[in-house]
Amino acid sequence: MGVLLIAEHDNTSLNAATARAMSAALAISKDVHILVAGNGCSSVAVEAGKLEGAAKVLLAEAPHLENHLAEELAALTEPLAKQYEAVLAPATSVSKNFMPRLAALLDVAQVSEITAVKSPDTFERPIYAGNAIQSVQSSDAIKIITVRTTTFEAVEEGGSASVEKIDAPASVGLSDFIGEELSSSDRPELAAARVVVSGGRALGSKENFVKYIEPLAEQLNAAVGASRAAVDAGYVSNDYQVGQTGKVVAPELYIAVGISGAIQHLAGMKDSKVIVAINKDEEAPIFQIADYGLVGDLFEILPKLQSELSKSSG
Amino acid sequence: MKILVPVKRVVDFNVKIRVKADGTGVDLANVKMSMNPFDEIAIEEAIRLKEAGKAEEIIAVSIGPQKAQETIRTALAMGADRGILIKCDDEVEPLAVAKLLKGVVDAEKPDIVILGKQAIDDDSNQTGQMLSALLGWPQGTFASKLELDGGKARVTREIDGGLQTILLNMPCIITTDLRLNEPRYASLPNIMKAKKKPLDEKTAEDYGVDITPRLKVLETVEPATREAGEILATPEDLVEKLKTQAGVI
Repeated sequence: MGVLLIAEHDNTSLNAATARAMSAALAISKDVHILVAGNGCSSVAVEAGKLEGAAKVLLAEAPHLENHLAEELAALTEPLAKQYEAVLAPATSVSKNFMPRLAALLDVAQVSEITAVKSPDTFERPIYAGNAIQSVQSSDAIKIITVRTTTFEAVEEGGSASVEKIDAPASVGLSDFIGEELSSSDRPELAAARVVVSGGRALGSKENFVKYIEPLAEQLNAAVGASRAAVDAGYVSNDYQVGQTGKVVAPELYIAVGISGAIQHLAGMKDSKVIVAINKDEEAPIFQIADYGLVGDLFEILPKLQSELSKSSG
Repeated sequence: MKILVPVKRVVDFNVKIRVKADGTGVDLANVKMSMNPFDEIAIEEAIRLKEAGKAEEIIAVSIGPQKAQETIRTALAMGADRGILIKCDDEVEPLAVAKLLKGVVDAEKPDIVILGKQAIDDDSNQTGQMLSALLGWPQGTFASKLELDGGKARVTREIDGGLQTILLNMPCIITTDLRLNEPRYASLPNIMKAKKKPLDEKTAEDYGVDITPRLKVLETVEPATREAGEILATPEDLVEKLKTQAGVI
């Protein structure tokens, strides 16, 4: 029966989350097809075909697929899904939007944000902001699954799957795309970065966030993240938020600056390899999960840390 | 215009939950329960539409045990007009919840259903999207802004790289993200008034919905825990440790 994996992309390049979700797909079946749905995205299909383990790439192109609207993607994937035992997608804002819609059209459950494949029908997933891990067994004929990509290694390149064009159904015409406002940054993408520097409310202002967090991130070639408190206070935009309802990250190094460590924030970063916490309150919960802590005034510590870092790299 | 807002009774977001030692689930005995925070935002948004003269009636519906009527009363105290409790003592999966809600929508004919984007207990993030599919309605999920204009809903959505704006036909489904609004607290007089607002009780059978779970929970366990590390004296020590011990820089 095989597995259909939905590629995450922006019509130009394949998002790295896809290669990670591929690992989960291969744990279910060795016969994995990848669907690239969009507009003018044939180069993405070629890229997807290079993923190790890809048996075939399906390419669906149409103007109404360009912006990955849920109504259109669900209509496209509903007939396709019936040819597979499972449909997987990396848990991005696109798949979180359309996969449950697809599941309901098929009258099957969705298993959200799996962190492990125990067998082709049994999966682990976090609940309660990651404070409990559930093993669930699906009895549905088609399994609809989103994958928390931080817990799966990316597959290598080395595949040479052929690309097959498929027809897209006509637009369902329920919704229209108006526009997007994307954060522009030269920094690595938050969900995929090797190092993340996150700031919290203790930064005190948007200006301080820019003055203290950005240069440290620059120096470490790190992505910038934030706690919900910092986002709500307007220091940075919402797409920086790390946590239960924001982004889940698991970089090699996570530096939490002025973040106390509410369980909702920990849910988004506690699988990081090495965690550093800088906070003036030595009782802050973040220190209970941090590998290394510095207790003190972040406005004094950060400039010193930066000069130490430049000394050590120079 | 009529707005339907589903609300879920969940463990309060401040509670640190405990996993039962025998792996059968999470210990919910004597734990503080509250309305799912995203559902409070949904109720607040509905009230603001009513206050702006764009809606006449707000119906709060909850699916859960008898005690879920407390959650409906909270919604009524905030400003919803009436409530419906669909009594189910066992856990109901998102697909079955969506089917029950479709039954309510078919009976009540709302113009918008506003839901929380996810419940903070099972973290599924599915119900709104599933309800949209069952109704054949458009969906504006993870909304941080909602404007009704000219018979359409203009929704700003929180997406991975920033914000996206879409225009939906009506009727439609909206799911709320954190920054859509800040929910109000119910005042004491409104809490008293809410006790007199109508609250209907229904069962899953009333809607002809089979709520048998599709997923079997085999086990619930504690996540791997991290040990607290060491507090260092200076930034210099930190750089040294990151270099030599952790090897990450």
